[in-house]
Order: sequence, then structure tokens, then C-alpha cells
Amino acid sequence: MENGNSGKTIARLILSDGTEFVGYSLGAKGTVIGEIVFTTGMTGYLETLTDPSYFGQIVIQTFPLIGNYGVNQSDTESEKPWLSGYIIRDCCNEPSNFRSKKSLSEWLKDNNVVSIQGIDTRKLTRKIRENGVMNGAITTETNIDKEELLSKIQNFKIKDAVKTVSISNEIRLSELDFNYIEGLPKRFKGGRRKFKICLMDFGAKKNILKSLAERGADLVVVPYDTTAEQIKEINPDGIMLSNGPGDPMENICVIENLKKIQELKIPIFGICLGHQLLALANGAKTEKLKYGHRGANQPVVDVQIDRTLVTTQNHGYAVVGDSISDEVGFVSHYNANDKTCEGIEYRKIPAFTVQFHPEACAGPQDTDYLFDRFFDIIDKNKKLKGGC
Amino acid sequence: MPLNKEIKKIMVIGSGPIVIGQAAEFDYAGAQACRALKEEGLEVVLVNSNPATIMTDKAMADHIYIEPLTVESIEKIIDIERPDSLLSTLGGQTGLTISMKLAKSGFLESRGVKLLGANPQTIDKAEDRQMFKDTMEKIGQPCIPSRVVENINDALNYLEIVGLPVIIRPAFTLGGTGGGIAKTKEEFLEIASNGLRLSPISQILIEKCVSGWKEIEFEVVRDSKSNVITVCSMENFDPVGVHTGDSIVIAPAVTLSDREYQMLRTASIDIISELKVEGGCNCQFALNPESFEYAVIEVNPRVSRSSALASKATGYPIAKVATKIAIGYTLDEIINQVTGNTYACFEPALDYVVVKFPKWPFDKFVYAKRTLGTQMKATGEVMSIAPTFEQAIMKSVRGAELGLDTLSLPEIENMSADRLLEQLVELGLDTLSLPECEKMTDGQLLKQLYVVDDRRLFVVYEAIKRICGLGGHRTGLVDFEEDFKAKMKNSDFNRKHGQIPSLLDMTIKGIHNITKIDNWFLYKLRNLAEMECNLKFPVKDGSGYLNEDLYLSAKKMGFLDSTIERLSGLKIKSRRKASFKMVDTCAAEFAATTPYFYSTYDDENEALEFIEKSGSDKKRIIVFGSGPIRIGQGIEFDYCSVHCAWALKELGYEAVICNNNPETVSTDFDTGDRLYFDPVQLEDVENVIATEKPFGVIVQFGGQTSIKLTKKLNEMGVNILGTSAEAIDMAEDRERFDKLLEDCNIARPQGYTVFETHEALEAADKLGYPVLLRPSYVLGGQNMIIAHSSADVVEYMEIITKHKIENPVLIDKYMMGTEVEVDAICDGEDFLIPGIMEHIERAGVHSGDSISVYPSQNISAEIKQKIIAYTKRLALALNVKGLLNIQYVVYNNDVYIIEVNPRSSRTVPYISKVTGVPMVDLATKVMFGQKLKDLGYGTGLFPVGEYVAVKVPVFSFEKLHDVDTQLGPEMKSTGEVLGIAKNFQDALVKGLLAAGYSMNKTDKKGVLITVRDTDKPDSIELAEKFRELGFELFGTAGTASFLNKNMVPCNVVQKIHEGDNNILKLIESGEISYVVSTSAKGRLPMRDSVKIRRKTVELSIPCLTSIDTANALVDSLKTGKNINDVEMIDMANMSKNI
Repeated sequence: MENGNSGKTIARLILSDGTEFVGYSLGAKGTVIGEIVFTTGMTGYLETLTDPSYFGQIVIQTFPLIGNYGVNQSDTESEKPWLSGYIIRDCCNEPSNFRSKKSLSEWLKDNNVVSIQGIDTRKLTRKIRENGVMNGAITTETNIDKEELLSKIQNFKIKDAVKTVSISNEIRLSELDFNYIEGLPKRFKGGRRKFKICLMDFGAKKNILKSLAERGADLVVVPYDTTAEQIKEINPDGIMLSNGPGDPMENICVIENLKKIQELKIPIFGICLGHQLLALANGAKTEKLKYGHRGANQPVVDVQIDRTLVTTQNHGYAVVGDSISDEVGFVSHYNANDKTCEGIEYRKIPAFTVQFHPEACAGPQDTDYLFDRFFDIIDKNKKLKGGC
Repeated sequence: MPLNKEIKKIMVIGSGPIVIGQAAEFDYAGAQACRALKEEGLEVVLVNSNPATIMTDKAMADHIYIEPLTVESIEKIIDIERPDSLLSTLGGQTGLTISMKLAKSGFLESRGVKLLGANPQTIDKAEDRQMFKDTMEKIGQPCIPSRVVENINDALNYLEIVGLPVIIRPAFTLGGTGGGIAKTKEEFLEIASNGLRLSPISQILIEKCVSGWKEIEFEVVRDSKSNVITVCSMENFDPVGVHTGDSIVIAPAVTLSDREYQMLRTASIDIISELKVEGGCNCQFALNPESFEYAVIEVNPRVSRSSALASKATGYPIAKVATKIAIGYTLDEIINQVTGNTYACFEPALDYVVVKFPKWPFDKFVYAKRTLGTQMKATGEVMSIAPTFEQAIMKSVRGAELGLDTLSLPEIENMSADRLLEQLVELGLDTLSLPECEKMTDGQLLKQLYVVDDRRLFVVYEAIKRICGLGGHRTGLVDFEEDFKAKMKNSDFNRKHGQIPSLLDMTIKGIHNITKIDNWFLYKLRNLAEMECNLKFPVKDGSGYLNEDLYLSAKKMGFLDSTIERLSGLKIKSRRKASFKMVDTCAAEFAATTPYFYSTYDDENEALEFIEKSGSDKKRIIVFGSGPIRIGQGIEFDYCSVHCAWALKELGYEAVICNNNPETVSTDFDTGDRLYFDPVQLEDVENVIATEKPFGVIVQFGGQTSIKLTKKLNEMGVNILGTSAEAIDMAEDRERFDKLLEDCNIARPQGYTVFETHEALEAADKLGYPVLLRPSYVLGGQNMIIAHSSADVVEYMEIITKHKIENPVLIDKYMMGTEVEVDAICDGEDFLIPGIMEHIERAGVHSGDSISVYPSQNISAEIKQKIIAYTKRLALALNVKGLLNIQYVVYNNDVYIIEVNPRSSRTVPYISKVTGVPMVDLATKVMFGQKLKDLGYGTGLFPVGEYVAVKVPVFSFEKLHDVDTQLGPEMKSTGEVLGIAKNFQDALVKGLLAAGYSMNKTDKKGVLITVRDTDKPDSIELAEKFRELGFELFGTAGTASFLNKNMVPCNVVQKIHEGDNNILKLIESGEISYVVSTSAKGRLPMRDSVKIRRKTVELSIPCLTSIDTANALVDSLKTGKNINDVEMIDMANMSKNI
């Protein structure tokens, strides 16, 4: 609501260059600092709020009306919000949806998310687009020392991202462990197959797990720093490298581990950070994008089938396409807008990875066939082994 | 794949005249298509019968045929032009149906013409009910469950499967007679048995009733490589049950979580992929608001009204992209115009919401049934863009030109609580057991449950105001609440949901329960009601002005300054001007250069940035558009606005367009240099002026919508280009106009200005009947009648006073002479008349409803000279700089003035096309000081060419129940067609055929004639002509005996009340080919003459309500010519033909 703001707490958004936006507090009170990014998805705010890849970031929703359909726990992508702060234009306090359990503002309060509403999010987004990703802070405190806060903002860096969001102990899950939403049509075409899949959790979205489990897989979810030996012991049919937050190059030990893990010749499917890490393990480079790709409308060209597909994305870093040696593999997908690398097909190992999110949630389901493809590769691999 | 090299010459079929359900959106689509094809260097052959369109312009195609849209004429044109391809999906249902007929008959194949855009299999799968069901079933997409049954046992068995409630539709009964909704088993038994009895083939369709479900649409585009994208989702404010064209629509869908959104998006993609559509497709879904259950309602495998809306809502040009796909390109090869360096294969992201609001013709048709249902009734629509729903709906409502600046409709605000509740239930779909409803018969009740009308938004808003104590109706409020609570106790809703937590929730949800309008919308309306209330009891600042915060909040919710001051009674300290944001398809993710803006109350003004960045030193000129399409103000004004923008660009100015009609070419963002998509209302326009700081503005091309801005803008010191505000006022102000005529020594029918009934009666007596009555300041003859008696005058004055019309009523002597119309251009010194038009119908039939002939056929040279002289005198006296339209009546060999409009008119597009005089272009040039004598078209009367053009009006009567079809001074037509030929008769044949008159020579049956006394003398010759052609004549007692007395044999038919074998039965019998019906009185639906005319509409029998039209038709029949006997004319190459 843009009316009746009287009596509401003022909140301020301060950017690293000193720019200030004044709005109203939403959710928790206090001060948070983070890297400011924007997402253009028009639905799926709860999925965004609980996506671990947003760790350390303050997220702007470019769609102005947020909270329209309320909150339902089964739409979350992890147990809690991982982002630092949340910026929206207009929060709907009277949501309308048959599954809604509470309003977004209640949820933000319950989950201690410091948020701001009532600012010109388009102006802010344009600023981020022009300047590139910036640090900033949301604060509801009135007597804060701005200079001090500014220096904190300027010195802020996302650290230990993966370590923080990953699980610390292995867990085993099967389809029965997930609550599938009643009445929602399932739409995978590849059939169900009972594989054992080891998912390396760098901050996995729940729907990656669900997408595997609903196709019949038993999951062994392991912490980010699991070694090749440990995986060998688990003896999975396939390895899933999950999405996750932060700068991929910081994950030095994971990259080292992956170099050995891929030697196991177990089929690997990587998504987002998982895609970047496997590329780094194979000698490729990653770069930070000016303001990243975040939204549910990113067109990606699949070179192998010569089709452009609409994908969900959430990443600030990308693999430098040219840095993948021909020997290692080739760019199988690229972004139709800026031509950045969106997927790699490996030649020596049974692996393929994508930068976007085939598990959707939020976003289009157009690429969920990649999970079926992963299963096909596992199938083939097993038959090959069986034949030996 | 790139461009298919085999395509060199391509035919595009348009959608014909504007009718309800098929409006300007297809001119927009067609114009985009033509431009996309020309861009590729292809030779374009265009066929459309509608001369008011931009697509039929020389700039749009290489060969232009303004010819009837019939299979025969298209075949003839294909044989002349020999195109290699035919594009079928851009001309609405009309274009598609003809294309399919041509494909299925083998004609296209025999001429080697490839069908592009769709193939017959695709179309059948989408349009044939059974094939559609089968196809959806195959891909697992649920349709609304239904079954055809032929006996009551099967009906009951099916009921077991599908469950109540159900809709029962008997097969082959007119207008669905005998059908209805059954909510109980008893009702089901009654309606089903009734239906089986009434159906001539004893067949009924039983369909699960999904009324009240959410209605969601997706616009999808697919290419030959199977790339698929969804351009836009849309959600209807009005749930399933109201035609989407009559629904308030919001884009994107707002009440769907990502799960539901993706479920339906994926369904849309699966559907378009299965249908193998290459191009655009519209998928409509019904979604159960309480679960994930959904059903596919309809699929349109072509561009549509919704795709035009989606294009304007997102900035993604669906018609253009669909065209490129049809000629071979794929989505990943088509450049996204908005960014300039990305491709069309992406999905737009919005950072605003869009609201579409329909424009209904009920202000014109006071006796029309206002209920909304599955038959669309709106003639047009407006769209608005804003960051919030509240602001968007406020913009829409004021932009729809209902005379409202808030959602408070005075007639509803003053309703008693009882009446309001009743109204709400009447409007609603469900459940409250009101005494009124209980007293109804089952049949009435069933009907009543579907009653939803055009005032629903306002009724709901008023109910919310009262429920929330925001309406200032304390007493009303209490009653209302008590009443409501009592009724809620027994409702199904309470049983289902148990106790409701708070009063507030209960009542809003109560409204939802009745109307099924989603709570999301209701709460947004409450926000507006709350603001309205806050403004009525405002907080002042220290100095007695309105509190700043409240003011800004109100602005952000879409309240005008004038409204804020009116409601609060306080002055605003410092008025804020709007800032503008860009529509860029990507929510600011990429830098865009779309010159497409909407107003907000934020700080950043992207339009200003855009202007500064462009660094252009060209002078900026604003062209105001004409708003929503309505009867009396149609697509022709868009034609003028667009041509003006083009002319301005050519003259080296920057053309800025302001308009809010999503269907039009003028709101295509690259028509002008910049587009402001906002209401064409004073404050909105002031905001644009503040940002643009234009050199001047042009008001004369946007119809009454822009003309009415003139005075205020002039007062503000805005430079009005062309004819001055002063002159416009002189032509519209009765007294000043009379003075002007006097000064010019020109006569007009004698008349008076009156306010009260007794004054009107006195004036009428002085003038002698018949007299013409109308309110001052009207367009399209709104509320205008011819009174033949004092009773007529009394009835009319009652209606006028009831509608609280404050302007005086004009009462004139009515002269039944020949009406002549002139469009002219004047530069202040010289004038140019491209052509003089003569109307077939004598004065009294609104010029927009008359058949108009150019050049005039029966006007003497002497009269012509007089008309030219008068036109010159008036043009110079008014110091017109630009266009001028004058209507004359020639009576007893003298010329009288009926009306002078110093602005563009309905006839400008057709006269421009027929004469080759680019009227808007010239008018624009003279506004900037160029002189007609230097512009190459001469001065005075333009020489008459070789061709005769006949403009025939087209009506939408079958869509509007209870509207009398008798033509009169109040305009009723929604569109027009043109017939063009080397002689009058051939042109008339074409015009009548194009307008849909059946001209069957071989199957001659009866002609029914029933005319008023004043028409009887003229009916003799007419009847004789029909008889000579071999028709049998029938007439009501009076007419028949008059004819018989005058030696024309005519059978007598009983009047409706005279027995079973009456006139309606005769019409129904199928023995009547034409009906001629004129009556002294009309309008009231219960009158016999109106019933007769309505019956002909139902049965599609041509009904002529003027002896003159009937004469034209019978003369045309006499020539024995049909479409095969007349020459098809390429308008683009006409000069070469001469």
C-alpha cells in the first residue's frame, strides 16, 4: 500500500556511493549490509527469499507488487531466508490465494528479514544496472553514524558463503521425505528410475532435490567439502553439484576435491555454482558480471538442439566461455542476450553443467528435461559398467 | 531459418468493418504486418473493406483493394494479382475464416498460393469443438467437462460423473433458449427435460459450471523451430462468466503463486506446440480459486484483441513477430526493437501493472440490456499503466471518459442500502437467499444469477465504502451490515468457512462470495475507498493547506489534483507534476531506447532524460489521440492522429502522441517520436506538456476527446496549432454560431435553446413538428431524436432531466431534405474541398449511419456552387487552419447548414483515399504556415475522378439486445465499409455486399413492409419495385391497405397481438427476404415495431429502416449485379488506371 503510511517506521537504503532512498520499514527492524542485486521475476518472491544463492545479498524485486498471494511454507526453497535484506515497492497486506497461510510482511518479521518498501525500485535498479553491483545497507535506525555505516558498507565482502549455507552432516532422503504440493500436476516425461544420487550441497535449492527425488532417486546429500574418497564410499550412480552463493573462486578446497571426484567417472550434473566449480576444476576461468542475471525470463540457446529456451537464473559470476579448452569440453549453452556461457558439455568425463536453473521454482519449467537427461546418462553409464 | 526465398508477393486480409468484438486491434495488427513485410522487400497485396483503416493506406501496401471480404471477391483478387502466399492470421476471425475456406476448397492450391500463419488442421483443432477436446485430451490438458446427451437418463448418468452445478445448453435453439444453470438436482431435471423438449433434435449439452473461477490468459508465440515464449499473462477482474472483452483485465496475472503461474504457462506452451501454431496464439484458462484445478476455455491460434493488449502492455510487438515467423524467420533471428541488440526470443518482464477497462455503448443505447455475459458488448477499451493497481484503475476509469474522476458513481452513491445490496446480488453470481430472489420463478432466478453489468465495479466499490465505514453513510452502513450479517448466517459460505474473524474481513469476503471477484482486487478497491475517505476528512498542515504526505499518497493512488481539492475542500500547497517511466520489456535490466512512457509520482523522469539525451533541436509537437473507440468516435480519428504524426516527422518536427487506446496504431511506440500512454484528460495532458514543453499541440485530429481540452489548454497558454480555440468555441457555442451564420448570410433550420419541458413544447409549437432535439455539445448524435409530437418531446425531456444534463437542449425545425457533407482544408486564405458527399438517406438519419456517396450524384451545379461558396465563407470566417467538416441539408432547392466542425471527421480517411488528396498531411502542413496553393492539390473544389465511392455503415445490433435498429439522428453504427467502382450502381452493390446485406437474386421470397404514415406515399414506388423483381409483398393492415388502394398488391399480416399467425411468425417462417420497417415511435423495447426489427436481427434478415436505404437496395437488386459482375479495383494504383 502506498497510502496510509503515517505511523509507519521510516527505513533508509544507503548505497556505497552515499545515495540514500527513504522508504518504510517492512519485516524486521535494524541495520543490514549486503551486496545489492535485482531480480526481474514477477512471481516467486518466497522462492527468492529462501534461495541460499542470495546469501550476503540485498535483493530488489523489480516487479512492484509483492506479497500478492501470501506465504505458503511449501513454496520455500530452503529452511530459512539467507539473503541479508529485501527491497520492494509495494507489499500486499491482504494476500489472496487458497494456499496462503500468512502475509509476506508477517513472514518477513517472523524470519527476521530487514526490508524496505515504498521506494522507487525502478530508479534503484537502473542505478545498479549502470554502476554494476553495489554494496548497501538498509537501516531503520535514525541516529546512526552515516560515515561509519558508509565505511562498513564500502568494506563489506561476502565471505564463507558456501560454508555457511551448506549442511554440515550427510543426510539421506527419498521421495517420501518431500511434501509434494497436492493437486499440482507433475510434468516429467523421462519416467522414474531408482538411482542413488549424491548431491553436493553448496546451498542447494529444495527443488533440485525434489526434481531428483520425484524421478525416483534416493538422495545422499553431503556437505560442500566432501572428498572423492567419501563419495566413493557412498558409491552413488550420479553426482549432483548444486547451486550456491558467492564467488566461485573462493572455494579452493572444493575445486581441488572436484578434480578428484570427476576421476571417479560417475555421471555429474552441475547447476549454477556447481557448474562454475566444475569448470574451475577443469582449468576454466570465471568472471564477475556487471550486475548478473536474476530473473525468470533469461533466453538461453542450447547449441546441441538449436533451440532457445526460457530459463530461471540467479548468478553474479559466469564461466568465461573461451577459457574452456577444447580438450575439456565445449560451451553447450549460451545466453542469447549477452552471449555469456550458460552450459558446458564435458568430453572426457560423463558430465554436463548449466548456469541456469532447470529446477525452476520460481520460473519456467522449460528446461526440466535436463534432469531426465541426467538420468539417461546415468542409465547409459550403468549399462556400460554392467556390460564390462 | 531466414526469410523464405520462395515468398515474393504476399496477400494480407484485414478484418473488415469495426463491429463489437472485432475492432481497431486488427488495423494495428495488419499495419504492423504490412510494415514487417515491406521491410523485407516483399510485394504486399492488401484486402480490407474498411476504408477508415491505416492498413489500407498507400504507404502500407503495394496493391490495396477496398473490396467486400467474401470468398468470391478474394478469389477474383487472387486471380488478378497472383500472389504466391496468403497471410491468414492477422485479419481477425473474418480473415481467418475466409482463408480457411479458400484453403479447404482447394482454390489456393490451384492458384499456387501458399497459406502462411496457420494451416487448416491447426485451425480445426482449435475451433471445432470435438477436435479441440480430443486434442486437449491427447496432451493431458483438461477442458471444461461436457457431454452431449439425447435423453434424461443419460443426462442423469452424466450428472453423477460431473457433479453440480452444471450449465445446460439445448442444441439449435435460438440464443440458447431453454438453457440455464442447475445448482440442485430438481433444477437439473427441470431444465434438462425442458431443453430436450425445446431442442429440435432433442439434444442438450451438459457442461460443468465454472462460473466464478479465475479467468487467466496467456499470449504465446512459437516459431518453426519450436522455440516458444509467453509474452504476457493476464488476469480478469471479472471471473469466468463475463466475456474477456467485457472484463476489466490486469497484466500480469497477480493472484497466482509461481506454482499456478508456471502450471498455466507450461500448459499454454504445450497447447501451442501441439497445435503447431507458427505465430501468435491466445490461451484462455479457467482456474479454480480453491485448488490447482483448471480448464482450457478457448484457444485462438491468431492475433487477437488480447494480443494487441499484450503487445501494448509489454512493448513486445506480437503481430510483427508473428508476421516475420510466417515468412520464415525464427524467434532467435528477429531483433528486439526495444533494446536493438537482443532478440525476440525472450519473455518480457514488467515493472508496472497494466489495467484494461472496456468502453460500453450503454450511454448511447439507453434501452439496451446492460448485463454482461458470454457475448461481448464493449465497443472499445482503454489501457493504463502504473506501478500500482490503484493508480492504474483510477487512470483507466477517468480515461474511459465516463465523466468520472474516482470510482464513485453518483447514481450508486445515492442508492439506499437495500437497493445497493440488491444490486450487488443482481450483479453477482451466487448464493444469498434474498427475498427478491426467493419470489422469482426458477427460470427468472436462473437468469438473474448471470446478471452482471457494466456498473459492477462501481457497485462493488460503493459496497466496500459502506462496509468499511468509508462512505459517510452512517445510517446506511448500519442497516447494510445488519442485513448482510443476517443473510450471511444462512449462506453456504458460513457453513463452509465457519466463523469469520473480523467484521471487516467478513464483509469484504462477503462481497467476494457474491461476486466471486478475487479478494485481491476487493482489498485494492478498499485502499482507494480509504483514500477517498481520508481526503474527505483531511489533515491540514499548519497553514490550512492539505497535508503534504496525504497529498502525495493520493497522487500515487491516481487521484487528480482537481479531485483531491474537490473531496477535501482544501487547496493544494504545491502541485506535483508527474514524472514518467519507460516501458522497456525488461524491467530496466537492459538499457532501452523505447520512446514509450507512462506517468507516475516518483522522482526520476525518464522521459525528460530521454529528451535531453536525444539532444534533438527539433521543435516538439504533441498530437492528442481520441481515446477509446465508441459509437460516434471510431478508428477514423486514429487514422488522422497517425497521419498527423507522420506528417510532423516529415516536416522536421518531433511528433509526440498522447493516447490510451491499446487497440490502435497511434499507440504503437514507433508511430511518433514519443508515446505517452495515459488518459487524454486535462491533468494527464498537462503533465505531458510540463515534461515535453512542446512548441505547440494539435487537438483537431482526436475527435471530441481532444477538442474538449482546447479551451483549458488555451487558457493555460499552450500554443494550439491550427484553428484557434476561439474558432472551435464559436462553432460549438450555439449563440456564437448563430451569430456567425448571420454574419455569413447562411441559413440554418430555425431553432431555439431550452432548459425545461414547457419551453421545449412552446418552441416545438412555434417551429411546427417534426422537430429535432439534442443536448448542446455532442458528438455522434448522442441523445438526439426527432420528435413528431408533443408526447415525444415530453418523453425526451424526461430522459434528459433524469440524466442531469446541465447543458441546454437545442430544438430545431427538422427539414427532411438531402443531406450533403463536405470535408475541407483551409489555410486561412485559401480552401480546398477534396469532395462533396451526398447521403442516400434524407436528413434525419445521422450522417454516420447514412450511406454516403462520393461524388454527389443528384446535386445540381447551382447548389454545388452554393455549397462551395458557403464552405469558403465559413472556413474563412472561422479562420480555419486545418480541417473543417460541414453538414448541409438541401431542402426545397435551398442550402441550410446543419453542423460545422472545425476538426477532422469520420469521412476524412475515405475521402483521402478515394480522391488521393492526403487531407491530414495537408492540414498539418497548413498549420505550420504552408499555403494550399503551394501544396500541389490546388484550391477550391478538387476535380472529380473516375470513380464513385459508396460508404455503407455497419452495425452490431446482434450483439446488443433490446436496441431498436431504426436509424435516426442518434448514431448507432460501429463501423463502415466502402464500395468503389466506375459507376454508382456497381459501387453500391459492392458497398452493400461488404456491409453484409444479402443480395440474393435467385432465392426471391417475400418482402415485409410496415411503415409510418409519413412514409406511406414513398412506399408505393418502393413496393412496386420489389414486386417487379418478383418478390411477394406483405404488410401490416395500414401499410397493406394503402398499397392495395394504390394498385400494389400486398398481403395483410396480423399484428403481434392480433393472433398466432402474426407478423413475427411470418418473419420466423423463413419466407421473408427483406423487411422495410419505419415507425413514428421507436426505442422502447416493448413496442411492436421494435420487436419486429429485433426479430430480423436474430434471424439475420436485412431490415431497412429508411425508405431511402430500401430504395437504394432494391435499385441495386434491379441491376442484377453480384460480386462476380463488378471489377476489383487496386486503390494504390488508381491514378495509373486513369
